[in-house]
Amino acid sequence: MQTHRHEVVIVGAGGAGLMAALYASRGGADVAVVSKLYPTRSHTGAALGGIGAALGNLEEDSPLWHAYDTVKGGDYLADQDAARVLAYEAVDAVIELEHMGLPYDRTDAGRISQRRFGGHTSNFGEKPVRRACHSADRTGHMILQTLYQQCIKNNVRFFDEYHVIDLLVNEGRCAGVTAVSLATGEMHVFQAKATMFATGGWGRVWRITSNAHSLTGDGAAVVYRRGIPMQDMEFFQFHPTGLYGLGVLLTEGIRGEGGVLINGKGQRFMEKYAPRIKDLASRDVISRSIYLELRDGLGINGKDYVYLDIRPETVNRYLAEAGETRRIDNALVIKALAETLDLCRTYAGVDPLTEPMPIQPTAHYAMGGIPTNIDTEVVLDENWTVFPGLYAAGEVACVSCHGANRLGTNSLVDLVVFGRRGGMVMADYVKQADWVALPKDPTAEIEAEFKRLRTAKGKTRVAQLRQRMQATMMDNVGVFREGKNIATAVNDVQELYHSYRHDLSIDDRGYKFNTDLLEAWELGNLLELAHVTAVSAEARTESRGAHSREDYPNRDDATWMVHTLGLRCNDTPFPDEALKVELNHKKAVDTSLATEDPRFLPKERVY
Amino acid sequence: MEVTFRIKRYNPEMPGRDKPYWQEFTLTDVAEKDRVLELLHRIKWEQDGTLAMRRSCSHGICGSDAVRINGVNALACKLLVRDVGTKIQVEPILGLPVLKDLVVDMEPFFEHYRSIMPYMVNNDPLPADKRERLQSQADKDQITETTNCILCACCTTSCPSFWANGKYVGPAAIVQAHRFIFDTRDQITRERLGELAEPNGVWRCRTIYNCTPACPRGIQVTKAIGEVKLAIRKGATKNIVKVIEIHE
Repeated sequence: MQTHRHEVVIVGAGGAGLMAALYASRGGADVAVVSKLYPTRSHTGAALGGIGAALGNLEEDSPLWHAYDTVKGGDYLADQDAARVLAYEAVDAVIELEHMGLPYDRTDAGRISQRRFGGHTSNFGEKPVRRACHSADRTGHMILQTLYQQCIKNNVRFFDEYHVIDLLVNEGRCAGVTAVSLATGEMHVFQAKATMFATGGWGRVWRITSNAHSLTGDGAAVVYRRGIPMQDMEFFQFHPTGLYGLGVLLTEGIRGEGGVLINGKGQRFMEKYAPRIKDLASRDVISRSIYLELRDGLGINGKDYVYLDIRPETVNRYLAEAGETRRIDNALVIKALAETLDLCRTYAGVDPLTEPMPIQPTAHYAMGGIPTNIDTEVVLDENWTVFPGLYAAGEVACVSCHGANRLGTNSLVDLVVFGRRGGMVMADYVKQADWVALPKDPTAEIEAEFKRLRTAKGKTRVAQLRQRMQATMMDNVGVFREGKNIATAVNDVQELYHSYRHDLSIDDRGYKFNTDLLEAWELGNLLELAHVTAVSAEARTESRGAHSREDYPNRDDATWMVHTLGLRCNDTPFPDEALKVELNHKKAVDTSLATEDPRFLPKERVY
Repeated sequence: MEVTFRIKRYNPEMPGRDKPYWQEFTLTDVAEKDRVLELLHRIKWEQDGTLAMRRSCSHGICGSDAVRINGVNALACKLLVRDVGTKIQVEPILGLPVLKDLVVDMEPFFEHYRSIMPYMVNNDPLPADKRERLQSQADKDQITETTNCILCACCTTSCPSFWANGKYVGPAAIVQAHRFIFDTRDQITRERLGELAEPNGVWRCRTIYNCTPACPRGIQVTKAIGEVKLAIRKGATKNIVKVIEIHE
């Protein structure tokens, strides 16, 4: 075992982690970034269409409207203080990325170009607004590269391919983390005054997902096992336009440029569900609409997919119908949606310039996660009690600026806005905070668990268990849910966890690049999160945002304007018996914007 | 359909397997549109969990899974069975030390990347209105292609000059440098060109052209290197873009 000591340790090297690292190091702190991937492999790089900020470069816009769209998009579960921070600080953050060198597309005036995106409107929902700042359709890739470049410039210390596997806690404070080196299998203890988790989501809980293989919720599961609650886990976004069969994401920017969704009868069905902004409604609304079409037998050729059409002839016909003067052509599609064309041609053998794209909803984004306040400090309960020394930002965190459903582009905004705040807050904190002593024998428990996995001699392969978990979660805790189905999923996950503890098989018993072992470890993390997700979903007897209950079809503001906190209550981090979680529904949603402006009060959500 | 894999294996921890060797695997129920990565996963998940490789996004943007497939560098997630046929040979990319099976040591590659000062330098005061620096779309378009690089190393590890001399910064680092040299906002063009004019810079490129077809992002790598060479030859003037235009 080796021990390292850095004032700030950041776990994860995507957009949030790198932004935090940059700001913490600029603030004078000694920073280390620990990530299981090389930073440029992080999933921020897969974000496509844009980053929202009310720059108003092409038409009038305001951060207040952005905040409103965020709150409404989140079906009024977003904490309004966080939505306000997100929308107002987005403007500076997006411009700062430009100063760092991000190659945005430009307007005729040489300013950052902006496009439309789902749920982003002007004047409190009146009409779609061009707010998404973009670099073709690989905005996330450019953000990730730009931030990594800046970290290199600032000499940030990186521990690449170190997989964080435990949170070190001593006397109610965070003392750091334990990681395992992929190259050697050796345990490394990282002692820190401030530890931030920026490890991303857990889309791999579901069968069809846009998420990378690496998105197994490691950070969330690691802190959850050590007594940090998981907030709002029932809210997981299904993005409407995953490439059929694969789940690979096709950007909402396609619809931003005018693309339309078409059912098996050739109808633009979103006119029915969102008469005002149609194909640019929120993602949860569109995913549900697609499912309803499929249920009515209106998929393409009776199958379980619909079309997304960006062929200029189709788009221009609808633009003309809507009385808009704008027209698109092949050249624009090639330029603005290069990545989309490549994905469709490579994986589906479809050329979007001549054929519509086959799509189906795909598990995409965790609105829930580690509860934090707007300074990224991790909080433990409904009284916002801070857990000293522990921070979280980005998708793994639940601050909660996205509420029950995140708007497109707001994930990238979240990364840079809260990553930056976290970096600054941690730099200040470590100036006055003392070191927390490491717990006695800090790696004993985790080494025992790794030994158990490494020597497992059961009969069930990791991949079999993972596939069964993904199937039950897809079928029972997907776009539409129902009490009895969710209960089935809870049972299934418990059974799978039992096999995981008692009947697991492993081929690789070595130490170097033992990805067999690490996949087993990651499956343990997925099972923990699948469990708390399903239990949280079962308890919320209403429909809100991405959580849609067929047995409780209405939103119930009288009862449910509260966050869910799921606190794990097994006695040990690695129990042999069933997983246990206790739910708390006492944490009220912050409604500070509504107190100043009644337009932020919850009302029926129509698009 | 049935597919046969021939995979180059190496496991330094296992006596008997600690020298490189080839191993065959057969997969049935394979579809034409299956990705090579999916099939490698099936081998790992169904037959031999000890097979080590890197991967993450599985759709060609993270750059983790560069390998040599039937003798040509590619991302395993971007090649489909219909592209490569039913006999598939997979080995680690060349020119970097192999750590285990398909996993190579990426450190020398990233060291070269870091050596080209891969960050924008602009020491002008920020715009007084606190807004973005202005740039025309035409100027931005000059770096659209080279900013597409995902640092997967397919180009660098397909380059015979790099195989011959690992000190050569390699195509990927030059592509990344190109992205700054031709960015109208960057101000250290002269220094960048000076560095790349050093013995292990662009002149190690003998225009062998392996790098361009190897790029999974469609970057015209050899052309980008050529533009940097030309910029050096024409002299590092501040308005480097104009120099290129005159030449063309």
